[in-house]
Amino acid sequence: MGNTSSMLTQYDIEEVQEHCNNTFSQQEIVSLYQRFCQLDRNSGGFISADEFLSVPEFAVNPLSQRLFRMIDGLNFKEFVAFLSAFSSRATLQHKVEYIFKVYDSDGNGKVAFSDLLDVLRDLTGQFISEQQRELVLTQVLEEAGYTKDSILVLSDFMKILGNSGLKMEVEIPVD
Amino acid sequence: MSKVNSSNMELELYRPNIEDYLPTDSIQEPLGKLKLRDLLDISPTLREAGGAIVDAIERKLSIFFSVYVGRLRVISNLDSEDSFTRCFKSNPPETWNWNVYLFPLWCLGVVVRYGILFPVRALILTSGWIIFLSCYIPVHLLLKGHDKLRKKLERALVELICSFFVASWTGVVKYHGPRPCARPKQVFVANHTSMIDFIILEQTTAFAVIMQKHPGWVGLLQKTILESVGCILFNRSEAKDREIVSRKLREHVEGAENNPLLIFPEGTCVNNNYTVMFKKGAFELGSTVCPIAIKYNKIFVDAFWNSKKQSFTTHLLQLMTSWAVVCDVWYLEPQNMKPGETPIEFAERVREIISARAGIKMVPWDGFLKYSRPSPKHRERKQQAFAESVLRRLEDK
Repeated sequence: MGNTSSMLTQYDIEEVQEHCNNTFSQQEIVSLYQRFCQLDRNSGGFISADEFLSVPEFAVNPLSQRLFRMIDGLNFKEFVAFLSAFSSRATLQHKVEYIFKVYDSDGNGKVAFSDLLDVLRDLTGQFISEQQRELVLTQVLEEAGYTKDSILVLSDFMKILGNSGLKMEVEIPVD
Repeated sequence: MSKVNSSNMELELYRPNIEDYLPTDSIQEPLGKLKLRDLLDISPTLREAGGAIVDAIERKLSIFFSVYVGRLRVISNLDSEDSFTRCFKSNPPETWNWNVYLFPLWCLGVVVRYGILFPVRALILTSGWIIFLSCYIPVHLLLKGHDKLRKKLERALVELICSFFVASWTGVVKYHGPRPCARPKQVFVANHTSMIDFIILEQTTAFAVIMQKHPGWVGLLQKTILESVGCILFNRSEAKDREIVSRKLREHVEGAENNPLLIFPEGTCVNNNYTVMFKKGAFELGSTVCPIAIKYNKIFVDAFWNSKKQSFTTHLLQLMTSWAVVCDVWYLEPQNMKPGETPIEFAERVREIISARAGIKMVPWDGFLKYSRPSPKHRERKQQAFAESVLRRLEDK
C-alpha cells in the first residue's frame, strides 16, 4: 500500500476490506483512512504512541495503556482490522475475541487471575484497595464456578459473555 | 504558556455542576449480585476508546451511569466520550481557484476586495462611528434628567451603529418571523457563531445582552455604549460570579422597562455546523424563552470566530475584506417550560428547535471543553464511579 501518497485506490480499499472480513463498507474505510492520516501527523505510515495520546478522549480512557500495546505501530490495514470489532457487522464471537485479547496482554491464549486483576485495577484506579479487588474477583470467580487459580481461555470467555448481548459499536462518521 | 494555564483554571472554576445534568430517574439501584460477567464485560470502556480513535460523535444523549437490570454500564461520561474538535473546526471552503483560468480571476477578486471594497467599507464604518458618537455623546450627557427619552434615543443610536457595522461587511440578512417586542418575563436565546451575531440581531431590536468581559476596545465599548442598552458582564474566571450573575439576570428579566435580554446559551462560539449543549442558566429564570436561529451562508464567508485563534479585530477585518456576509435569522415561537420538565430538558428541547430550523446538527458537548483538554481527573472520576458501583453491588447480597 502506498503509504506516502494520500490517495487510496479502489484496489487498496478492496484489499483492506478483505483483510477485515468485510466488517466495514468501502465508504467507512475511506473515512477511516482520512482519520488515520489525520492522526498520523508525521506521515510515517503508522500511528505512534504519542500520536494516539494526542486524542484526549483516548488518553483519559482507563484502558488506554492496554490498548496501546495492541495498537502501537499499526499500518492502515492493521488499524482497520483492529477497529473491526467495533463495527455493527462484527459477530459476537469477534467481539468476545477482542475483549479476550485485551485481557491476554502477553498473547499466550490464557488469562490468569493476575490479568483479571490488572484490568480491574485499570478500571477502578485507587478507589478500591488491592485487597478489596482480590476479594471481589475471587468472590465472583467462585460464584461462576472457577477458582482463584483458574486459567481462562477463549471458550470460557465465550461462555461467560456469549449470551449477554455485548454493545460495542462505534459509528464511523461518513461525510 | 501562562494563557494556557489560566484557561485551565477558568475551566475548573466554571465547570457546570454535573449532578444538574443527571436525569432524575437514570440511577436505579442495581438488582442482583455482581457477577463475573459484569467485571469481564469491558465493552463500554472499549467502545469509548474506539469512538475516540475513530472520532465518532455520539448521537445518543444518554449520560452517566445507567444501571440496567443486573448489569453495570458506563454509557457515556459527559466530558470524554465524544470528539469536540469537530464543533470548533473552521472548515475551509473547497479551493476553487486551482487552475489556470480561475486563479487570475481570484487574484482580480482579491484586488477588488482589498483595494476597492475594503477602503469603501472602512469609510462607511468610520463615518458611521462619527455620526454615532456625535449624536450619542450629547444625548448621553445632556439628557441625564430625561431618562425615558434618553433611553429611547440611545436605543435607536445603537441600532444605527449596528446597521453601519452590517453595511461595512455588505451584510445581507434575511429576517423571518415576528420581530421581538419588549415584554417582561421573556428571554431570547440564539445559537452563537461569532460576536457579530449580536450585531446582526441588534440591528433591528435593541437587546440587552450578557457577555464575558473582554479586554481592549471591545471592553471599552462594553462599559460605555452597551451599558446603555443594558449589558450584564461576567468574568469566567471568577467562581463567585455565577451567583451574582444569576441574580442580575433575574432582576433584568423581571423589570418591565429593561430591553429584552439576549442570551447565547452555548457559552462559546461554535462553527455554525453544530450546536453544543446549552447551559441551563437562561432556562431556569421562570420566563418565556424565545428561540432565535441564525445560519450563515458559507459560500460568501465563514463567519465562525475562533476566539482562540483570532482577535476580534482580525476577525472583523477578515469580514470586511470578504465579499459579503449572508445569513438568515429566524425568530421562532416562544417556548415555556412544560410541567414536569427540568431546565436541562427545556434547554435541550429549545436547542432542538433552533438546530432544526437552522439545519445544523446537535452535539452533546460541553462548550467549555474548548478551553481545555480533558484532564486525568476525568479518568479518575470514571474509575471512582465504577469502583463505587462494584462495591455497592458487592454489599448488596
